[in-house]
Amino acid sequence: MKFLRKQLDKIKPHFSKGGKLEKYAPAFGGIETLLFVPNHTTKRGAHIRDSIDLKRVMIVVVIALVPALIFGTWNVGYQNMGDGFGFWDYLGFGAIRFVPMIIVSYGVGLGIEFAYAIFRGHDVNEGYLVTGLLIPMIMPIDLPLWMLAISVVFAVIIGKEAFGGTGMNILNPALVARAFALFSYAPAMSGNTVWVADSVADGVSGETILGSLAGNNVPTTTVMDMFMGYMPGSVGETSVLMILIGAAILLFTGIASWRIILSSVIGASLMGFIFNLVGSSTNELFNFPWEQHLLVGGFAFGMVFMATDPVSAAQTTTGKWIYGFLIGVFAILIRVINPTLPEGVMMAILLMNVFAPTIDHYVIASNIKRRKKRLQKVKA
Amino acid sequence: MSTDITIKKGLNIKLKGVAQNKVSSVTRSKIFAINPPHFYGITPKMALKVGEKVNVGDTIFYSKQEEKINFTSPVSGEIKEIVRGPKRVILSIQILADKSDTFKDFGVKSPSKLVAPQIKEALLESGCWTFLKQRPYDIIANPDDTPKAIFISAVATAPLAASYEITLEGKEKEFQTGIDALAKLTEGDIHLSIGKKSTSFLENIKGVVLHKVSGKHPAGNVGVQIANIDPINSGDRIWVIQPQEVAIIGELFLTGNYNPMKIIALAGSQVQSPQYYKIRLGAQISDIVKENLVDGDNRIISGNPLTGTTVGIKDPIGFYDDLLVVLPEGNHHRFLGWMPFIGNNIFSMSRTSLAWLNPNKEFKLDTNLNGEGRAFVVTGEMEKVMPMDIYPMQLLKATLIEDIEKMENLGIYEVAPEDFALIDFISSSKIEAQDIIRKGLDLMIKEVG
Repeated sequence: MKFLRKQLDKIKPHFSKGGKLEKYAPAFGGIETLLFVPNHTTKRGAHIRDSIDLKRVMIVVVIALVPALIFGTWNVGYQNMGDGFGFWDYLGFGAIRFVPMIIVSYGVGLGIEFAYAIFRGHDVNEGYLVTGLLIPMIMPIDLPLWMLAISVVFAVIIGKEAFGGTGMNILNPALVARAFALFSYAPAMSGNTVWVADSVADGVSGETILGSLAGNNVPTTTVMDMFMGYMPGSVGETSVLMILIGAAILLFTGIASWRIILSSVIGASLMGFIFNLVGSSTNELFNFPWEQHLLVGGFAFGMVFMATDPVSAAQTTTGKWIYGFLIGVFAILIRVINPTLPEGVMMAILLMNVFAPTIDHYVIASNIKRRKKRLQKVKA
Repeated sequence: MSTDITIKKGLNIKLKGVAQNKVSSVTRSKIFAINPPHFYGITPKMALKVGEKVNVGDTIFYSKQEEKINFTSPVSGEIKEIVRGPKRVILSIQILADKSDTFKDFGVKSPSKLVAPQIKEALLESGCWTFLKQRPYDIIANPDDTPKAIFISAVATAPLAASYEITLEGKEKEFQTGIDALAKLTEGDIHLSIGKKSTSFLENIKGVVLHKVSGKHPAGNVGVQIANIDPINSGDRIWVIQPQEVAIIGELFLTGNYNPMKIIALAGSQVQSPQYYKIRLGAQISDIVKENLVDGDNRIISGNPLTGTTVGIKDPIGFYDDLLVVLPEGNHHRFLGWMPFIGNNIFSMSRTSLAWLNPNKEFKLDTNLNGEGRAFVVTGEMEKVMPMDIYPMQLLKATLIEDIEKMENLGIYEVAPEDFALIDFISSSKIEAQDIIRKGLDLMIKEVG
């Protein structure tokens, strides 16, 4: 490590003020601080600081994504090849398809982040560490890499940097990428053929449960398979078990808001339950048991990894309850009554991203009101 | 009569080097100093010139904004030097101390026989007025105001804080007299908070409303207690004062002398034997710490590690401080130190470090920032350490954009920088919350007054 540190110290002067590579200082800093926590000491305010920083927050989320990532990669192979092969065969096949997507996502996204940092002269932000992994995990495995790349470009530039970078964006950048891809390349993003690798060529039925329900067919997948994730879908979303492991990591470390996750489950259950009560003979989705709604589509993944994104979520404690609850409600509402969009989770989260500041506004208004009331009481 | 206050939100930070219960005296410094920057917002006007003689209690300078407020000498001697900084700002007034002190006589008085203007005059003349601070704004109180209440917190919850049981020992009579004097200054109550398990004489003090406080830091912050007992509204004035300062005021009335002696704690992981010292305000820190430091690149902090100020070895301890902390500087790199569960010897509120497995461990923290400044990203963390009815993140944002109406609405009058100290500590974006709030308060002074 000392050797590495020495090398960095040797080239650092070039990037410092007056050095010939001065304008690339943010890029150098980005890499240096990834390797070493800087030697910066406190100058103002508290003299001692918590060991947590944004890099650590982000890497915990990445770690929490790993179980779902490994399972999803395995599942890519399993869904394509069917029974009769070994674990490594499935994983190997999945990796060949999925690793390029990760590389493209990180390559393009981080490239833009570094370029922005150099251009604007600010530090490279860590936000994309998570976004860059989330994006391929919520895309169909068959999505052409160039479409993925363009979606990433759109998400990072329009979804985030246009607002000022990590912490300033209104919408969750990963969902911006997915929404962009969905509306721009609809055939590659929806239907029955995109969720399993090479399903057209191989003649494998790649219909998702929500897809078949929207076509008014009752799926044959068992509840256990839904929970375990043995079904078609994007890499991240299928295994509720793996997502729950991730959720446990996020909640134990205190990184994600349990309030958002819990209230979204309550909201979705309630909405699903209402649809079950109403029932329908023309729309099979009405009759889909409410508890199974929680197991299919991107619901679990969306609630644990997307709805809890602190930047685009509500910021107040009360606001988080309302925000999560409404995401749950809208996810199921859109899913059930809009047959063209069998997956409502993305839309629900994006919608509530937009309304999160409004929710916070009203929560804070009650605090302001309380303060004004107190003042009036004193004056009276 | 007493009420109980329990603070649930907050964070106790246990640090290595808590001062042991032993009080020593220090050798008399040759040079004493009084530093105008200790008095926030005051522009000093010198009353004396270099070479002039002073007794203890003689005015050295007064406030340019409010000429009644005198700043008096803590020691008798001769003005040796006026140290100035950029734009000729007075940084320090150095006094060459006599071998022993001669006191200016302010006259023995019984506070119960005096009326408010007389008490004010006695405090202003002797320099004791400067102990009284005003909320909102956390500045020296305005003598023309009448506060709605006076608050005294004798609850020490900050990391390494000095224990009031030690610093106030034997000062019961002085403390009671001080309270009697302060009682004349407000039409409301004097609120005295003590720790729930406190066993000092403070329980028997008359003329106060007693509160027993328990819970995590910042339970001891007077602002947190005000918020729980009698919150500040727009236009309100509350005064606060620290327990040892009450006793100094008491002594003024009992003896006729301004005698600013304090017991302070010397603590922190870089102190060989952390303990208490009896000092005269203005004494040089080098005479307090002497050979008691562990060798190395140290930072000396006057005040607690969350709110204190970095000081030099030749400086005096902060006028309002009763604690000196010495910590190692953290100017070193840590390889992949941002990875979770690496660097578990650094305390963390979150469970992204294994530090939580050792709830009773005393941590040896250095001054490394442990990261880099970022925009606001993580939400909900600030609320965990803010036991007031305040939305901390929203207030900080309103303050950053200088939206005065919003700051007012969100409760800027109820907070002091120290109430945001834990936010400095826990922030994963390394937000300098105390600094932001201080600037916000300055803006309010300028715009609203």
